[in-house]
Amino acid sequence: MDATPGDDERGDGRGAPVGRRILLGMLGLGAAGMAVAPWAQRGMESALGAVADKDPTGVTGLLPNGGGFRYYSVTSSVPHKDDTNYRLTVRGLVDKPADYRLAELRALPQARLVRDVQCVTGWRVPKTPFEGVRLSTLLDAAGVSPRAKAVRFTCFDGAYSESLTLEQARRPDVLVALRMQGKPLGHAHGGPVRLYVAPMYFYKSAKWLSGITVTDEVRPGYWEDRGYDVDGWVGKSNGRDDAPTV
Amino acid sequence: MPPLSETAAAPAATARRVRRFTPAERWIHRTTAALVGVCVVSAACLYVPDLAQLVGRRALVVTVHEWTGILTPVPVLAGLASRAFRADLGRLNRFGPHDRRWLRAALRRDHSRAERPAGKFNAGQKVYAAWTAGAMLVMAATGSLMWFTGLAPLMWRTGATFVHDWLALAVGIVVIGHIGKAFADPEARRGMRTGRVDPKWAAREHPLWRTEDADHPDADHARDVH
Repeated sequence: MDATPGDDERGDGRGAPVGRRILLGMLGLGAAGMAVAPWAQRGMESALGAVADKDPTGVTGLLPNGGGFRYYSVTSSVPHKDDTNYRLTVRGLVDKPADYRLAELRALPQARLVRDVQCVTGWRVPKTPFEGVRLSTLLDAAGVSPRAKAVRFTCFDGAYSESLTLEQARRPDVLVALRMQGKPLGHAHGGPVRLYVAPMYFYKSAKWLSGITVTDEVRPGYWEDRGYDVDGWVGKSNGRDDAPTV
Repeated sequence: MPPLSETAAAPAATARRVRRFTPAERWIHRTTAALVGVCVVSAACLYVPDLAQLVGRRALVVTVHEWTGILTPVPVLAGLASRAFRADLGRLNRFGPHDRRWLRAALRRDHSRAERPAGKFNAGQKVYAAWTAGAMLVMAATGSLMWFTGLAPLMWRTGATFVHDWLALAVGIVVIGHIGKAFADPEARRGMRTGRVDPKWAAREHPLWRTEDADHPDADHARDVH
């Protein structure tokens, strides 16, 4: 039962270098994982997506590629706004600056888009319905000056900002969104009002939208100051080749 | 701090407690634990929706995660300057026949002492050390590919993200297991905290360990090292 002298001889520091083999094996597995990732990821996404549809616990949402939206905020906390205190301002190079309450935005003509949402970090949520006012509707109502070249967006989280060229901003697939997936936009998804730029990576779709300013040049937004592309077309920017969302 | 825990530990055996870890080794463990801890917590704040919502500050949390992650291997690399640490790495690396016996018993869930022979480190600790070291290197490499997006083409970055995410899950589970094992054995914790352990514990848990002389902690134990 006790260690015999023979055992002791064969004790510490002798024997096969299994530790090194395990370590090198892990490195090999890591490299192999990277090699098979394109196929494995697709398989995981479809398998987890199928499970997530019937998962009341929400555990699958915590797994990698579990599907669904991820919550990203750049500030410590974001105030809640509702019918009583929400305002969207339109300022800058316009003839008629305007302030919109939620009810006023809801009273304008609404558009509906059903596209994939693609985040620049890789996750994608298929066929997500967004409803709201076309940005071009608000720009037309304000009367854009001929000197204007771009539109800047600011947010009531106090930090986030985004920009589009005037041409991009007038696209019919750019919304000031009030509803997502058939429901009013919740706070976690950037409600009550967010920007939705369907053809671009989702960082362009600023959450908690509170200000639209028409400017004479494109001013890079929050993540663009940190290295992301200003023209964030899905599949054609940020060094990525995702399938386009339009 | 050390005197406090030592007096609390075992009054009768204070003088006879045997050296298990040198101060350098304990500092390697402490700094690695702190870096991994902050790295894992910041990862959770980026990844778990409820925590992300609670914490926000995404740019700051990303920076903390990147730097603690890339610095995690540094204490071990710096520790290679310590002879005692290098000697323990040698012990962790080599698996003798008794380690095979230990692993087979562990797979059978056989907890009898006779079936669990161990040197300074048991086979489970050796497997943990090697697996974790490999995992940390893979996490650092894949994390760097995601951090420095210019390093490699997108194909690689997608693969790196896939490996980083799934391995993170495995690392999280394994590290929780490591902490759980430590919680279950106060004397093992004391060994890591004070550097010394009760000889009875050493004889029971690590019967094949030729303990270093407690009275001459600074003596050269080159005979144990190759």
